[in-house]
Amino acid sequence: MTITIEYYLILSAFMFIVGVAGVLTRRNAIIVFMCIELMLNSANLTLVAFSSYLGSSVGQLFVFFVMTVAAAEAAVGLAIIIAIFRNKLTVNIDDINILKW
Amino acid sequence: MFNNLQEFYNFIPMILIGAGILISVSVELFSKKNLVFMSWFSIILFFVVGMVSLWTIDAKSVILQNMVATGGYVNIFYALFNFTAMIVCLLSIEYLKKYDALFGEYYILLQTSVLGMMLMAAAKDLFVIFLGLELMSVSFYVLAGINRKRANAIEASLKYFLLGAFATGFIVYGIALIYGTSQSTSIDIIASKFIELSGNLLFISGVLLFLIGFSFKIAAFPFHMWVPDVYQGSPSTISAFFSTAGKTAAFSAIIVSFFALFSSGATKIITPFLSVIAVFSMFFGSIVAISQTNIKRMLAYSSISNAGYLVIGLAASNSEGIAGVIFYLTAYSLMNLGAFGIVSIIESKEEKNLDIYDYSGLSNKQPLLAGLLSLLMFSLAGIPPFAGFFGKYYIFMAAIKSDLTILAILGVLSSVISVYFYLRLVVIMYFKESENSLEISQSNTGLIALFISCLLIVVLGIFPGSFLSIINSAL
Repeated sequence: MTITIEYYLILSAFMFIVGVAGVLTRRNAIIVFMCIELMLNSANLTLVAFSSYLGSSVGQLFVFFVMTVAAAEAAVGLAIIIAIFRNKLTVNIDDINILKW
Repeated sequence: MFNNLQEFYNFIPMILIGAGILISVSVELFSKKNLVFMSWFSIILFFVVGMVSLWTIDAKSVILQNMVATGGYVNIFYALFNFTAMIVCLLSIEYLKKYDALFGEYYILLQTSVLGMMLMAAAKDLFVIFLGLELMSVSFYVLAGINRKRANAIEASLKYFLLGAFATGFIVYGIALIYGTSQSTSIDIIASKFIELSGNLLFISGVLLFLIGFSFKIAAFPFHMWVPDVYQGSPSTISAFFSTAGKTAAFSAIIVSFFALFSSGATKIITPFLSVIAVFSMFFGSIVAISQTNIKRMLAYSSISNAGYLVIGLAASNSEGIAGVIFYLTAYSLMNLGAFGIVSIIESKEEKNLDIYDYSGLSNKQPLLAGLLSLLMFSLAGIPPFAGFFGKYYIFMAAIKSDLTILAILGVLSSVISVYFYLRLVVIMYFKESENSLEISQSNTGLIALFISCLLIVVLGIFPGSFLSIINSAL
């Protein structure tokens, strides 16, 4: 049995929705960040699936760029989360509320 | 890489700023705390790159395997980003001392974010848009929290980062769907296939996800909730940079993607979505701004409503609309740089003096600053003969021309509402007695920056036609 493109697209759409739901419902900054990475990875899966389906390598190339950018974002993001933990001793988004959210 | 010398010559603005970043990083690496050099080097670099961009405005070409466009309106955007960053640097010299953020990285990050913006404006491919966007955004996340010991700033930085990365997820997923259905990432090819793909559900959802992600970056309706918090918590000069250059860059990327669509008339499909974004942003921004007492939050809500006016120009989807958007982006950048600039001069240590009632009686103590701030408020409110009026006028005329009269009427209505909170500040400055004394540290470079922006606003207001004809000839 061959796995057609639809399965990949459904899986990645599901991953994307899980990521979005996680960002909107979870309150721990690190878990929110993990959900964002899940969204980026679902996009990567879509890109790779399309790339193999269309027989063009552009999608796979794009995945490398997305991975690089995600790594840069992780570096900056985790640094920000550490800085906020030093300030307030918490990473719960509900407690980070000096400014009106 | 380059096929001939001419292509290299066209690419020079980007090469110059890249070289500038390398020089700044090496200087920062080997001589710590050399802030005087860093600040003036950045100012000169931005000025030179801005002038070179204007100089090479006629060099229209598409280079680097159809990835990057040069010349024309791209160079107008280059100049806008660089002059904005130059004014921000001038304001920052004194402000950073007050803010305890004497870091050389500040200027390096300004330079890298400008490089990202230039990539976005020049993009001919979704790859380049994405890379430019992320280079800009990651620099911005750090700039918002440049003083990591301040709870306000680091909180703004965290909020900006989480919501910005969330929006990036939408943009990347949108790009993936667009790539899969149109089989290309080149904007021109996607635009040529737009009509035949417009019935494809995956393609349309890709375009919508892309638009939703960008509405975060332009601070428009569905993703506007970060704007007040981030502008309030970040250093004032950086808020000025976010609200002017950051917004302009996001708009430039949208203009680049849409401009190719105009000839086919395919934009009619997205006009309804853009209209919804425009109407909600305008009214939300101008109504909520009325109840704000923190001046940075007030300017943030005004920034949301201004994003609404600019989206009207995109929804009009004709070249007059685009010319109007570029004109208004220029005017708005100058106005907001001036307004946030005055805020950064009046702000004292520990982020005091940010309430609008701290400005009462400013006309007696600081007549010059009060006068300039009133000029900027009149311009933001859209009162002629300042630049803000003509920007709105061109955008609304373009909307009427493409049968979006209702949008134009709603835009005028919203700008009438916004007159209230802009002029309230002027009333407070001139007609209210002050209760507390206001200590203001003098900043000569800051004053120069203010004079440049106010002068340009008046010049653009008196001769709007000549600037518009420059834009039109570059389109």
